[in-house]
Amino acid sequence: MTDVSGGPAALPVSKPRRGSLLTQDALTRRRNAAEARFKACGAVAITLSMLALVWLLFSIISIGSPAFRQTFLTIPIELPEAKLDKSGTRDPAAMAKVTTVGYAAVIQAALTKAIKEKGISTDGLTPKDIAGIVSLEAPAQLRNHVLANPDLVGQTIDFEILANGRVDGFFKGRVTMESARLDSNIKPGQLVLAQQLVEAGIMAQRFNWGFITFPDASDQRPEAAGLGVAIIGSFYMMIVVLVLSLPIGVAASVYLEEFAPKNRLTDLIEVNIANLAAVPSIVFGILGLAVFINFAGLPQSAPIVGGLVLTLMTLPRIIIPARAALKSVPPSIRDAALGVGASRLQSVFHHVLPLAAPGILTGMIIGLAQALGETAPLLLIGMVAFVRDYPGMPIDGFFDPASALPVQVFSWTVRGDPGFVERASGAIIVLLVFLLVMNAVAIILRRRFERRW
Amino acid sequence: MKSVKLGASIVAVAAVAATTGYARDNIQTAGSSTVLPYATIVAEAFGENFDFKTPVVESGGSGAGRKKLCEGVGENTIDIANSSSRITQKDLDLCASNGVTEIMEVRFGYDGIVFASDIAGPSYAFTPLDWFNALGAQVVRDGALVANTNRTWAEVNPALADKPILAFIPGTKHGTREVFDTKVIEAGCKEAGAYDLFFAASAGADEAAKKSDAAKACMTLRTDGVAVDIDGDYTETLSRIAANRDAIGVFGLSFYQNNTDKLQVATINGVVPTVESVAAGDYPVSRPLYFYVKKAHLGVIPGLQEYIDFFVSDDMAGPDGPLAAYGLVPDPELAATQAAVAAGTVMGPLE
Repeated sequence: MTDVSGGPAALPVSKPRRGSLLTQDALTRRRNAAEARFKACGAVAITLSMLALVWLLFSIISIGSPAFRQTFLTIPIELPEAKLDKSGTRDPAAMAKVTTVGYAAVIQAALTKAIKEKGISTDGLTPKDIAGIVSLEAPAQLRNHVLANPDLVGQTIDFEILANGRVDGFFKGRVTMESARLDSNIKPGQLVLAQQLVEAGIMAQRFNWGFITFPDASDQRPEAAGLGVAIIGSFYMMIVVLVLSLPIGVAASVYLEEFAPKNRLTDLIEVNIANLAAVPSIVFGILGLAVFINFAGLPQSAPIVGGLVLTLMTLPRIIIPARAALKSVPPSIRDAALGVGASRLQSVFHHVLPLAAPGILTGMIIGLAQALGETAPLLLIGMVAFVRDYPGMPIDGFFDPASALPVQVFSWTVRGDPGFVERASGAIIVLLVFLLVMNAVAIILRRRFERRW
Repeated sequence: MKSVKLGASIVAVAAVAATTGYARDNIQTAGSSTVLPYATIVAEAFGENFDFKTPVVESGGSGAGRKKLCEGVGENTIDIANSSSRITQKDLDLCASNGVTEIMEVRFGYDGIVFASDIAGPSYAFTPLDWFNALGAQVVRDGALVANTNRTWAEVNPALADKPILAFIPGTKHGTREVFDTKVIEAGCKEAGAYDLFFAASAGADEAAKKSDAAKACMTLRTDGVAVDIDGDYTETLSRIAANRDAIGVFGLSFYQNNTDKLQVATINGVVPTVESVAAGDYPVSRPLYFYVKKAHLGVIPGLQEYIDFFVSDDMAGPDGPLAAYGLVPDPELAATQAAVAAGTVMGPLE
């Protein structure tokens, strides 16, 4: 083809197509084959990712769903005045002197009595073994209940108490008779007793609201661990992020997109925003520790600090889609507004911003969803912690210690007791449900309100 | 972005201004993940039975916890650092430079470190010498140092099972690794006579330099994949053993006690690790557990004195308490610790 001096005859001449439309020539076949190959690759890629997703969801749901069911015992408990309120005044302050040890004895007596009434044999089990089928959390629950209702002392109440995590695991298939034989924390005899209690109607499994409402619990009582503090903590942080990043993010993007002069400074800012969106989130944690805790003196483990750190992290991730949404509003709208005499501010706030709002809100919600699942920056500001007290009501509650949903997943996976495995997966399910709802809202907003030109 | 950050800081400062007079009414602790389960058990019982809030227990590692303790005095700094190793002079210097001068050192018990393998596999009876000969980079053969080529436990010691050597040991950032290195590998190294050979071969200037060279050479482990560092926690070691059924893992005694249906424990020098055998000093691989209290916060943070008294009380840390039930080895000198805590005794300089 390098020889071009040969005149027009040497030029590559595409021969007029003489093939039939019905029979494909070699080139067409090759092109069609390439298309078929590409489609097959695409189908394989989709199948692989779908399989990975199904496998992930299946494993999480199959491991985590038992966390939503829990084994409880319902027994009549006699609350003797001689033990629980020696003064007889029903004064909660005086009654608080009786510790959970005293209440554990009350529960043990009630359980032994209930077992005897049902005629269940407890041969080969010590009183400690019998008490061992009840959760260590039970005395604390009973104590709180009695201190809240001092008049119950002297009566016999039907009280629902948690079964021990190993007993609960037996009904969920996690603990078997064979494993109990090797397990130092439970005896097969206790499982036999638990089985008999189920047959007698004392023990039963039901939906576990406690998993959503209870606070975290220590390693000795996985059955009592719940997400209550973590959900509140995450919720508070999301409020802080929303309240701060929505106005700041929208103001920043409106200014940059509509008002800022195009010069080197705004170019620099633009590059920085794009870069900040890609900065690893732990960096914001270090910044938060230095600025909010060490410099500003805010408390450790508080949702306010978590919210501020997540705001910093989320801002660039909100500004970028917000600017894209503003940019997608056609210039003709602005021109028309200015043409009928509106000021620039009026054109932006009366016309451009409302039209861009669905896009901005979608970006906002997706930014919030990302912030909700973030653990790394919280590590450094003390939110990866064991917190058992519920934070107070807003705004004071923002300054109380709290945990967060992804943090709870993390701290449960490192616990020694096998009961926490299902709880960690259960927490992932709750987190996924929250994310799914937020993304669904984003999609609905986009579908309902987005205008296309 | 600068304007945005400025805005965020302004909001933060405004938030601070809005909460002047904020007083912390809960105890904040941070530190060792080994101490974490004990600290949470105590915190939970404390919150249940006292009129104070439940203390917040953060994990993050012994070193990180002590560093946080030394950040200064004030309500936005922690009150207690949990630690599975003793505080270092470096920490104390940092503390002193930040005005944290009075620290109470409380030793509340011991942690046993155990070697465990899959429940269905063969059982093992190890000595520190076996471990050195299995994992040391260089071992002694016919009175000379040679590269370690042992592939199975039976090659190390004919009494052991004929299984390939594969050990999951804690990564170097864990406090457990230090105990493993000194109490098992270095002890085995000295027993094998390798220490003396390393010492003789050292090019160190004086006695001390030679000693540290020899100790370092002892703790140099094989890099051909038989010793795998686990930087995560014990749950990761457990799942690695479930996947490699011939492997042996290093665990804390309490973790093993909560997973006895999946793991079997090996003896060291013929001693089975139990709370009793560690307490009696028969089982050699153990370490003390501490927490460090910032004395300046006593009387400022409500419930701090009550919490530390409660932590070391017989009801909690004693032989029949819940900590021992979970796997903590009670301190035989607990009474002295209780007296020191009640008196608020401040730790002196490190020996």
